[in-house]
Amino acid sequence: MLREFKILRRHGIQYIPDLRNAKVSDNLTGRPVIDKAITAEEADMVKKVCPAGAINASPFSIDMGKCLFCKECSFMLPNRIRFTNDYKLASNRRENLIIRAGEDKPVQFSHHSVRPEIRRLFRHALKLRQVSAGGDNSCEMELNAAGNVNFDMGRYGIEFVASPRHADGIVITGPVSENMAKALKMTYDAIPEPKIIILAGVDAIRGGMFKNSKAINREFLALHRADLYVPGNPVHPLTFINGVLDLIGVK
Amino acid sequence: MENALINTNPGAIALNEIPVVDYNEFYDRCRSLLQHEQNHCLNYFGWPDGKKIRYFCLIADDKQHSIYVLSHVQPAGKTIQLKALSAEITAMQVFEREIHEKYGVDFTGHPWLKPLRYAFNRYDRSKTPTTYPFYSIASEELHQVGVGPVHAGIIEPGHFRFICNGENILHLEIQLGYQHRGIENLFVQHKALLQQAVLAEQIAGDTTIGHSVAYAGIAETLTHFAEPAPLGIIRSIALEMERIAIHIGDTAALCTDIAYQLGQISLEPLRTTVINTMLEWCGNRFGKGFIRPAGSHYYPDKKFLTLLRSNLNDISERFTEITARIYSLPGVLARFEECGMVSNEQVRQIGAVGMAARMSGLARDIRISHPSMAYKDTIISSVTFDSGDVLARGLLRKAEVIESINYIFRLIDQYNSLTDNKNLPEPDFNLSFRQNMLAIGLAEGWRGEICHTAITDDNGNIIHYKIKDPSLHNWMALALAVRKEEISNFPVNNKSFNLSYCGFDL
Ligand code: SF4
Repeated sequence: MLREFKILRRHGIQYIPDLRNAKVSDNLTGRPVIDKAITAEEADMVKKVCPAGAINASPFSIDMGKCLFCKECSFMLPNRIRFTNDYKLASNRRENLIIRAGEDKPVQFSHHSVRPEIRRLFRHALKLRQVSAGGDNSCEMELNAAGNVNFDMGRYGIEFVASPRHADGIVITGPVSENMAKALKMTYDAIPEPKIIILAGVDAIRGGMFKNSKAINREFLALHRADLYVPGNPVHPLTFINGVLDLIGVK
Repeated sequence: MENALINTNPGAIALNEIPVVDYNEFYDRCRSLLQHEQNHCLNYFGWPDGKKIRYFCLIADDKQHSIYVLSHVQPAGKTIQLKALSAEITAMQVFEREIHEKYGVDFTGHPWLKPLRYAFNRYDRSKTPTTYPFYSIASEELHQVGVGPVHAGIIEPGHFRFICNGENILHLEIQLGYQHRGIENLFVQHKALLQQAVLAEQIAGDTTIGHSVAYAGIAETLTHFAEPAPLGIIRSIALEMERIAIHIGDTAALCTDIAYQLGQISLEPLRTTVINTMLEWCGNRFGKGFIRPAGSHYYPDKKFLTLLRSNLNDISERFTEITARIYSLPGVLARFEECGMVSNEQVRQIGAVGMAARMSGLARDIRISHPSMAYKDTIISSVTFDSGDVLARGLLRKAEVIESINYIFRLIDQYNSLTDNKNLPEPDFNLSFRQNMLAIGLAEGWRGEICHTAITDDNGNIIHYKIKDPSLHNWMALALAVRKEEISNFPVNNKSFNLSYCGFDL
């Protein structure tokens, strides 16, 4: 018993008190900021290097729905592109994930376009079913971490559940492999209405490095509109939690 | 004719220096090599080359620190019959299954010639995950339990089919393939080195560093790049950090499964500290972006090394204290001891690697047998246990965490004492690869042996890429472990191995 107390005392308080304003390391790779003075040649150069095709050269922008956060563009042009530690990257509109040169403001969340029933029903309790469809297990581990003693999103009534029948929505990771396409659809169909779809990570949002692979089948995503896009490679637990809170309307 | 030999890791050999022998000769050579205890097969795969398929078998010699390369050629596009090596060497079963699935080779005498992962480019597209031929036993006494592909948790998909007698498992068959993304082909489609490097990070995200160093090895051996000591040191530190993080996290998960909450909650934040230290180093908790070919963006400064040392010191103390408690509680030991035993003979037979081999006294460890990076000069001690049960897997993780932390301390000292820390190379994505080569990169990830192989063409482009995650062998260890166990002991066994779905499915 005494030894347990000793362990607990050392353990101390681990949870992050304010998830909305958690302080993180300066080195976290978050929202990029691009100098608007970036030249056409520079733009061309980094566009060629970007492994994910996330860069548009003119007008210059980085699409966080495609970005792998590898930072190679920033190593190439340290004076033009830098990655801030802003982890609030999620949005309910796909186009809000595009960061243009000269912009340095939080990622926009289009509150008016959230379906009203989402906030009416899920504000105090949101149960989610996770489906990994070709995910590489890093996003999956971060979603697990969102519920651990450090991040503890359970405090908001947000929880992952075992059965789709108990869920209010689905969180998809991975580019959706052909071999998982059917199971994904069946899981989604088993969730009672109304239900939400969250895409977590670059693979789910746009297919990431796999978008041209013949082993991928993204038909499900062509047929269903996502309610939340959470960028990251993998998603950081704080990015996920803050995105979900924005979606269900928790201040 | 002698067998071709690669003597380094990473290493490469010209394609025209690999003798092609007829199948009977190939069979005999493989069999005679694999009968020696020090040898095991790293990979055996086909490469479609025009109208024929050329097969390569890579056999590691753990004592000589070398790799034999054997080859035979068969016609493509039609079903042919070959005598199965698996009939005599069970560990070959998984490779022959893959070849069967991809190229339609009918291996006669194969004990278990079933689909492997339903690759998109499989020989027979009419075989799908829904038509998998499960083993069955006709009996009114027995019942089947099917679980998955979607499981009750945040975990990757796979299907588990149990045949049970009451509460006890008689047989477990694991059907995978749901995660197949065709990643090997993408290494051929994407010619840019940076693209290949980020692909390597996504083979299995929980083994980002392990797979990335294997790829970096391939890229560097194909360009004769000589890795400077500081680069080898920081890569090795990152590899050990990955091992520490996962082992701590899995120990926490083992506690969750037996409802020992103190163990779970006190270990979770320790893992957080390890991965947040990686974030401090490179911006990413899993080390994505850290390993790049021919150099690094992340040579650490004194300040970071001090932080690394003090974080690890703290983790080491707390981890020791907590695990001492966990593994002395009768309630924990009652669940772990003699649960899910896999014998030494079994792990040998199935060709288990890494943790799954070392838990049962089979000392297989690439860091010792085929060392690269810092492991060449600074020897790490590889931990083995004998009992092959959940307890052995738990204690192995515990011992490896401590060994890895101490190893990192030694590497930090070395890094600090190096004088030529100026002008260290930055990553280079403009390397051109040597032509018509077969290159191999090995690494000991936290699960075990990772093997990457690349073949280049006349222009030095990669035209074939082959990946082996340790899970390819080790899933069979889980299936064997739960035989005769109560089905309620499945989760704790599963967690004790924590195998990769995407690493297997590719
Ligand atoms: S950080 Fe994003 S935008 Fe920049 S090179 Fe990498 S993937 Fe492209």
